[in-house]
Amino acid sequence: MSDTTTPPTTHPLVDGEVGPGCKKVDPIVVADGVVRQFGGLTAVDVEHVEIPRGMITALIGPNGAGKTTFFNLLTGFDRPNKGSWSFDGQSLAHVPSHKVARRGMVRTFQLTKSLGRLTVLQNMLLGARDQRGEGIFAALLKPLWAKQEQANTERADALLERFKLDAKREDYAASLSGGQRKLLEMARALMSEPSLVMLDEPMAGVNPALTQSLLDHVKGLKAEGMTVLFVEHDMHMVRHISDWVIVMAEGKVVAEGPPETIMQDQAVVDAYLGAHHDTDLGTLTNQQVAQIHEDAEEEVPVDPEASDTAGSGTETSTGGATRVTTDDEEGQR
Amino acid sequence: MDFLSIINSAASEILSPTTAAFALATIGLNIHFGYSGLLNFGQAGFMAIGAYAFAIFTMMVDPTATLGWPVWLSFIAAVLVAVVAAVIFALILGIPTLRLRGDYLAIVTIAAAEIIRFSVRTQDLTAITGGSQGLRGADYKGDFDAMNPLTGTTYGFGPWTATAYDTWVRIVAWSLVIVALVLVWLLMRSPWGRVIKGIREDEDAVRSLGKNVYGYKMQALVLGGVLGAVAGVMFVLPRAVQPDNFATTMTFYIWTALLLGGAATVFGPLLGSILFWVLLSFTGGVINLLHGMGVFGDMSGSQAGQIRFVLIGIALMVLVIFRPQGILGNKKELSFNV
Repeated sequence: MSDTTTPPTTHPLVDGEVGPGCKKVDPIVVADGVVRQFGGLTAVDVEHVEIPRGMITALIGPNGAGKTTFFNLLTGFDRPNKGSWSFDGQSLAHVPSHKVARRGMVRTFQLTKSLGRLTVLQNMLLGARDQRGEGIFAALLKPLWAKQEQANTERADALLERFKLDAKREDYAASLSGGQRKLLEMARALMSEPSLVMLDEPMAGVNPALTQSLLDHVKGLKAEGMTVLFVEHDMHMVRHISDWVIVMAEGKVVAEGPPETIMQDQAVVDAYLGAHHDTDLGTLTNQQVAQIHEDAEEEVPVDPEASDTAGSGTETSTGGATRVTTDDEEGQR
Repeated sequence: MDFLSIINSAASEILSPTTAAFALATIGLNIHFGYSGLLNFGQAGFMAIGAYAFAIFTMMVDPTATLGWPVWLSFIAAVLVAVVAAVIFALILGIPTLRLRGDYLAIVTIAAAEIIRFSVRTQDLTAITGGSQGLRGADYKGDFDAMNPLTGTTYGFGPWTATAYDTWVRIVAWSLVIVALVLVWLLMRSPWGRVIKGIREDEDAVRSLGKNVYGYKMQALVLGGVLGAVAGVMFVLPRAVQPDNFATTMTFYIWTALLLGGAATVFGPLLGSILFWVLLSFTGGVINLLHGMGVFGDMSGSQAGQIRFVLIGIALMVLVIFRPQGILGNKKELSFNV
């Protein structure tokens, strides 16, 4: 118990002391002074952050913490006001999004972007890199690209089988369920053989049974040597699969650490857990989560007072202590 | 005008060179809207660019007379000038707008097409463009007529009888339609077509997979625009160049034909163009007949003639409501849902 009460100061992934913006032994992404402002609002202001290679890193934080904006900046879908960041040692500043993807940094979206009026197989084939038939002139001559297309189709079929979408191969993507679209989007991203997969809330709106399968797929990516960076709200998921957790709040990286101890960090408790900090979000079953939501709804009438006390420093510190005791249960499992 | 002649003139539209020209323009628009999701409301502008570039090059440069080129070379050179003009026009439209949301292209194209039309109408340009009078057909048809291998007086049968020159235009125009259809079929079954269709569905998703969306959209805009310009050349070969032929009405005829036949299908634009012109001719004939019988009371003949456009408008609305995918469209690929 005494091990878990104080977060560790060293970690095998970290070069030096653990803390927000700490150096990693083998980083794949390094971001420095990335700032993005929307008018007067500073959405992202990351001083320094490194993503460890070959690991599953979770990016967590409350709504509006700038997680998705930071994703967009890293992948070239948005331009920062200033800052520099690199992937695999090469600078990605001012590199357009499609070139970022070609370098092996592929992302998915929070709101799933399956291409509805293309079949599942066509969606998959679109993911393949360096296709000769994608040039307008080569496209006219099938012999130039037929062989490559055949190879890509075989690879796509293998991936579809792995993601259990092979029965849907010829269906329009629009006919898939929400969860299947998440799977398709992940499978499609893998078609480009990326070295870093960035998943923006992969479990959002997915039923528990499929969540388990998605988690297994994410772990499978790591097993294949890919680095995964994902945004997630559910601490249970984060704890279950991630090797490292980065916490953002109000655009800044406020804490970093291994998932087992990150929730004890005072900054995380302050920034992230809010009103329900006194319950352990990390060890809950789904029924318990539902119970908390029910309770929360009942609490609404007395909310003004509740949120007042929640904002005070003493309340949050006791919250941290409560978490420690429940964390013990985690250890017993 | 009896009923048989109405049928006769409606049937003649099936093979008319105008229908072929429209089919070409519609195939171009199909590449824009049907496959790439680009809202081009200025296809008439591309046709005008093609028609004027072709006619002005033939008249002003006239390589047959000045350089002694063979007529076929002069003709091909003139068509190439039309194509290059359309490419430049597409680049001018595309460079500022294709990075933005689709609506911007719609606004810019509709305005640009009108700018083209009003520019060629300008009195100061009369020496080059003929101003509001346009250009006389006889001034630029020489090369094309000289290429005509047909020597008889009339060809064809029934409603499809035409003079040697008209038959020659038909042969060339419909051959180009076939070439364009084959081109679209080849492209859309290829990985290139897959990227284009992906962009129609969601640009960001395609971008996240490492495709240069901007470049692909530009290629599609240029390709469809070039087909529009060739359509413009075919459109003016049987007639004179009239600036007001290239008004927004023409763009919406092309849209109607595309939606009627079915966007994002290979043969939809062809079927749509043929049906559109047959129906336009047929309703025109029927209304003329009814007007002759005094059904429309005090309306003048030209006023009654406008009723068919009311009918076309209603038909388009009915089509959009009850068969949004067009005649050949796939029910699952609802094409208005872009």
